[in-house]
Amino acid sequence: MLKLDIFLSALANGLMTGAVYALISLGLTLVYGVLHIINFAHGATLTAAMFAVLIAHTVFGLDPYLAVFFLTPLFFALGYGVQRFVINPASHGSDSNILLVTLGLSIIIENALLAGFRSDTRSIDVPYGFSVVEVGNLFLSVPKLVAFVASFVVALLLWLLLARTDTGKAIRAVAKEKTGAALSGINVDHIYAVTFGLGAACLAIAACLLMPTFLVNPRIGNAFVLVAFTIVVLGGMGSIAGALVGGLIIGVVESLSGLYFGESLGQIGIFLIFILVLLFRPTGLFGAKA
Amino acid sequence: MSALLSVQGVTKRFGGLTAVDNASLDVAAGSITGLIGPNGAGKTTLFTVIAGFEPATAGKVQFEGRDITALPAHVRAVQGIARTFQIVQPFAGLSVRENIAVGAFLRHKARQAALEQADAVGHQVGLGPLLDQSAGQLTVAGRKRLELARALATAPRLLLLDEVLAGLNPSEIRDMMPVVQAIRSSGVTILIVEHVMQAVMSLCDTVHVLAQGRIIAAGPPGTVSRDPAVIEAYLGHGAAARMQAQDIRQAESRGDHPGAPHA
Amino acid sequence: MSRQPYLPIALVVAGLALLPLGLTSNTVLNFLAFAMIITLAAQGWNILGGYGGQFSFGHAVFFGTGAYAMALLQVRFGINPWLALPLAMALGAGVGFAIGYLSFRARLRGSYFALVTLAFAEVFRISANAWGFTGGAAGVLVPLRIGAEHMQFADKRLAYWLALAFVAATLALTLALSRSRFGAHLVAVRENEEAARALGVDALAVKLKAITLSGAITASAGCLYTQKFLYLDANLAYGPWISVEALLAPIIGGLGTVFGPLVGAVVLLGLGEVTKTTFANLTGGAIPGVDLVVFGVLLILCVAYAPRGVLGLAEGWLGRLKGTRP
Repeated sequence: MLKLDIFLSALANGLMTGAVYALISLGLTLVYGVLHIINFAHGATLTAAMFAVLIAHTVFGLDPYLAVFFLTPLFFALGYGVQRFVINPASHGSDSNILLVTLGLSIIIENALLAGFRSDTRSIDVPYGFSVVEVGNLFLSVPKLVAFVASFVVALLLWLLLARTDTGKAIRAVAKEKTGAALSGINVDHIYAVTFGLGAACLAIAACLLMPTFLVNPRIGNAFVLVAFTIVVLGGMGSIAGALVGGLIIGVVESLSGLYFGESLGQIGIFLIFILVLLFRPTGLFGAKA
Repeated sequence: MSALLSVQGVTKRFGGLTAVDNASLDVAAGSITGLIGPNGAGKTTLFTVIAGFEPATAGKVQFEGRDITALPAHVRAVQGIARTFQIVQPFAGLSVRENIAVGAFLRHKARQAALEQADAVGHQVGLGPLLDQSAGQLTVAGRKRLELARALATAPRLLLLDEVLAGLNPSEIRDMMPVVQAIRSSGVTILIVEHVMQAVMSLCDTVHVLAQGRIIAAGPPGTVSRDPAVIEAYLGHGAAARMQAQDIRQAESRGDHPGAPHA
Repeated sequence: MSRQPYLPIALVVAGLALLPLGLTSNTVLNFLAFAMIITLAAQGWNILGGYGGQFSFGHAVFFGTGAYAMALLQVRFGINPWLALPLAMALGAGVGFAIGYLSFRARLRGSYFALVTLAFAEVFRISANAWGFTGGAAGVLVPLRIGAEHMQFADKRLAYWLALAFVAATLALTLALSRSRFGAHLVAVRENEEAARALGVDALAVKLKAITLSGAITASAGCLYTQKFLYLDANLAYGPWISVEALLAPIIGGLGTVFGPLVGAVVLLGLGEVTKTTFANLTGGAIPGVDLVVFGVLLILCVAYAPRGVLGLAEGWLGRLKGTRP
């Protein structure tokens, strides 16, 4: 039965990591769904958020789960500002320019962090970092379980925001038909920036949930960014439900293939899924839109 | 005259929607043939299938007696079918001359020859003074001419024109019509999809009318425009009868015989 | 239009060739040789991205394939580097064709193409890092054997001139390409693929040719890198740094122009050196990453204010100078 236990614990770990992946992907898929662009700086923004959690903890002694209440609005504001005052004016409305500008941003963020913090890998010490709960024969890490639950809560809140609020309606209107939305008095630039801000806010939350169990270094975003792209492509570009399911699938695939084939080949598995989905099913597993 | 292009029973479906339904038409060599119809009739879809930009769901397209149904667009261009786009698609980063030269390169491998051909075609369509300008700076009328020039530069035997007159003002239309006629005189057969009725009537030898995906009439423009089915398609059910009644009343009041040619 | 279209290339190359006669310090020669290698990688990118409009974010895949093939053909198969070089370039071309065939047939373009190239580069990087044949994480060491027949030069100027010869050849090739039917077709596909197809352009074939050529040229940069440093690992050969520099140089120099990659590479690396030294002097120690921060800022500034790069800016200034002359 030992084998089954190992399998189940890898599965549970995969699901829990997958939920955080899903949270990271939510921001990416939201921005894609509304602006129809790929934010290449997504991974670097996550790294920045993780460093922000690190600073909050080491300098201000703030617990990550408390820092979330400060960092989420801060990153919303940053995301809003960067889209409104850098990406939008610099790219003159061309998609390939947006791609290049966000690539530029990711280079700047990543290397500014490298210059500031060097390439050392850091982590934070929290009292509950290694606490576990026993479920049946499985020992589940508490912070990972918190991350799992919180990711779903955030996804639900995001969905409510999109479905029930005026801002959400405006976002959906802009996503569907931006010219029409502009004609009916919606400030498209503002909505784009709000969407970008929401994406960054999701990353701040993800960073707070990740830091108790993850390490951080200036290049950590790279590890997440292709995973997030894979999830978004797998789930169907722009689909929130797709990002959730895609995140869980990738989390499990990574965990299980890591168990059976070793870490580095597990990573290759993700990239291969990414390439195969893009080549053969670019609308994603669930997506119907082109 | 023999048929240069022959469309046989072409059907095009998008999911559950049948955009073109079993349409057949012939384009005689040396003619200007029109394809008209009310909005949403499927003209542009049929046009796109003929040009090879969308595959037909069923049916055949023959060019010079050869079946070209399965050929991709660029191969059709090599065989002598050129098209323009309703929404003009200039290579905005290039000059007018370079734009036309892309078409000319189809028949000329050498740069010099292609550029000379581009100059000649540019002058033919009235873009001579603008050859060095960036294509992105052209006016709408200029862009329509550029569409025409690029297609012509491929030295086609059949030219497919998708609403080259739409969006032009009346004086620009008047300027453009002789250009189209001159192209036909130079030996190029033309199939034109057009909204501007007055132009269709004076340019075309034959018109085909498409309504709800079906060809409902074909013949000389004068005949087709009096066809009750065509009038109904354009103006709605019962329109033909009303117009006929009106004609008869007018004729009676003037003491003419009904059915006399319209002014 | 100049009657001697190749004259500017001849003049620039002659000027570059004469540089080491005046500047003999090792630092300068190393800088020049490295700049030529980056130029070469960027020229490969420019054919696909600048002329063809297909932005690759993973040109490291070609650079690394060239670099590894060059090293492994010598180390594992005892093949002479002068023979290994064309073989490695052919392999780069083959990888280019394969990636192009898969992606372009799936109609990937824009962001999707950028992402898929990045993913391919990562797959190659992780594989090279894990596989024993490529030396795994330890990398590959090419044994030191000084001598022209081993393409290893005691005189650093020779290494530079060799790289310059490659740059000269690709400059001429790029100019010939931009004046050819293939070049016209490639630019037409960049500007508007549908319209190009209507004019008889086989867009898929054109893009495939471009990525194959691009792969071969960027692979040659990898070959010269191997011969210069005689050591490789997966992060050097397939790492994101080279993908980024191959893309930045043409954009900063002038996208889709013959001299863009050369100008961009020199500006980029020059600015990088200046930044690194300035910051090191200011803070009393080397700071990793500052040069790349500057590159990122430069990229955004170029996209925002100089879409035609340094060359476009220079052209604009010259035009204004001429215009204001009485």
